[in-house]
Amino acid sequence: MNLQAVSAIYSFEMARAGRTLLQSLVSPVISTSLYFVVFGAAIGSRIQEVEGVSYGAFIVPGLIMLMLLTQSVSNASFGIFFPKFTGTIYEVLSAPISYFEIVLGYVGAAASKSAILGLVILATANFFVDLHIQHPFMMLLFLVLTAITFSLLGFIIGIWADSFEKLQLVPLLIITPLTFLGGSFYAIDMLPPFWQAVTLANPVVYLVSGFRWSFYGISDVNIIASLVMVGVFLAVSLAIISWIFRTGYRLRP
Amino acid sequence: MSHETSTAPEQATRTEIPATHPAPVIAVSGLSKRYDSGFEALKRIDLEIQRGEIFALLGPNGAGKTTLISIICGLVNASAGSVLIDGHDNVSDYRAARAKIGLVPQELTSDAFENVWNTVRFSRGLFGRKPDKAHIEQVLKALSLWDKRKNKLITLSGGMKRRVLIAKALAHEPEILFLDEPTAGVDVELRRDMWEVVRELRSSGVTIILTTHYIEEAEEMADRIGVINRGEIVLVREKAALMRQLGSKQLTLQLQKPLASVPPALARYPLSLADDGNVLVYTYDSHDTDSGDRVAISTLLNEIEAAGIRFKDLHTKQSSLEEIFVNLVRERQ
Repeated sequence: MNLQAVSAIYSFEMARAGRTLLQSLVSPVISTSLYFVVFGAAIGSRIQEVEGVSYGAFIVPGLIMLMLLTQSVSNASFGIFFPKFTGTIYEVLSAPISYFEIVLGYVGAAASKSAILGLVILATANFFVDLHIQHPFMMLLFLVLTAITFSLLGFIIGIWADSFEKLQLVPLLIITPLTFLGGSFYAIDMLPPFWQAVTLANPVVYLVSGFRWSFYGISDVNIIASLVMVGVFLAVSLAIISWIFRTGYRLRP
Repeated sequence: MSHETSTAPEQATRTEIPATHPAPVIAVSGLSKRYDSGFEALKRIDLEIQRGEIFALLGPNGAGKTTLISIICGLVNASAGSVLIDGHDNVSDYRAARAKIGLVPQELTSDAFENVWNTVRFSRGLFGRKPDKAHIEQVLKALSLWDKRKNKLITLSGGMKRRVLIAKALAHEPEILFLDEPTAGVDVELRRDMWEVVRELRSSGVTIILTTHYIEEAEEMADRIGVINRGEIVLVREKAALMRQLGSKQLTLQLQKPLASVPPALARYPLSLADDGNVLVYTYDSHDTDSGDRVAISTLLNEIEAAGIRFKDLHTKQSSLEEIFVNLVRERQ
């Protein structure tokens, strides 16, 4: 195991976040605060409680999930896309480092960043609403697993993308809609029966539901189903990444 | 004319390795590369690089230089064949193989917003070496980058960026250094500096492989020269041997009447006929003493007169490495 290399990539990526602190930390915190002001305070005050939880508190797990998914994907995809774009990737590819170590460095850093961000947003939310977390361990588990899984997805997108447009395509056209329609701002049973059935095909529903369960003990779907879904996501992402490295797809012609 | 100059190197297509040489530090055998597009970049390349030498790989654009280097360094997968780096297969034993290599790529790539010190430190870590400030300081100083160590890469000039790439390649103390077109687009002063750095590295035991399409660079630096064209190695020779060839001069006489054969009276001279007997060619070594040479040529001219051969024009010409190279490349097309 080339730990020096993993740590070099990891700290390089973390340092990149440090240089762009405004973009990587401050802006998500500001936009989350805006969500709380609008949905939590302005609109939320006119919305009745959802399953015994005030609306402002109800949307906290969904909002954290929203940021977690989009930030993990954008962090990890940019982290690997940029060296590909500038050409500096040659150095990583010529180094005595295994595929696993490359992923560990890049995805580990992206997941760390978004997990930290998730916790920062949680702390921010605490200013706006009264929070209590019933299952803190499960909350952390969901947070970390989701950060890792979606950073893996971002890594895949970053390798696949050969232009900045493509880099934005998946997050904009797939991740954001799925998250908004994934029950971040509502409980599934608030939907008409037909859309309730459709929405169960949205994988993000299981993540938001499980995460919300760890806060309030309420969920749209069974907590086991949520955990299984995270596991399936993780396995699929890992399988795709191992295929990428086995074939050299877009990395080693 | 082009034929005469190219026949000699043609015979030397095989790698010439004196029997006393130890095992090569790089052994490439049967290496082929066909890209997905169908383009065959390399065709069964065999090449051995000796430990501690400076090897210059010459070739026109698109000849396969960069593909060859990229496969050896692990950036491109080979379609067939193998590469041994100091005995380690570069695929099955890639860690040991790659740890020995430093690569300076052709393109000026850089992490724009990183500073010089951090990017060089990153390179060392990437190759699995423990942090060593003293070494990095030494590398930066040798490349006149020490004053710029806190500068962001984006603020550096092209020549400075090239130095940074060299510093990155040297950060992990490689035994083998690849320089892909190191002086492309670099001013004269930097070129001299770079040559100096390369010489110092070689004297510390580092094997250096450089690609270039500047002939002077190969002449100036290399111990051995290889020529690659259309994915094939067409020549590998000691530079000294090539330089001797460079020394060969030709005297060409345009005859008034064509000759069927060289007259017996002139048989002791290395003369040959060309252009259907209209041209008489005399090949000689300009490394012979000048005076001896002149006597030989005037004697020859007298004897040609005496043999009744009339010529309407004459000229002499010295073949250059560039000419050998161009002829080789043209002949293969």
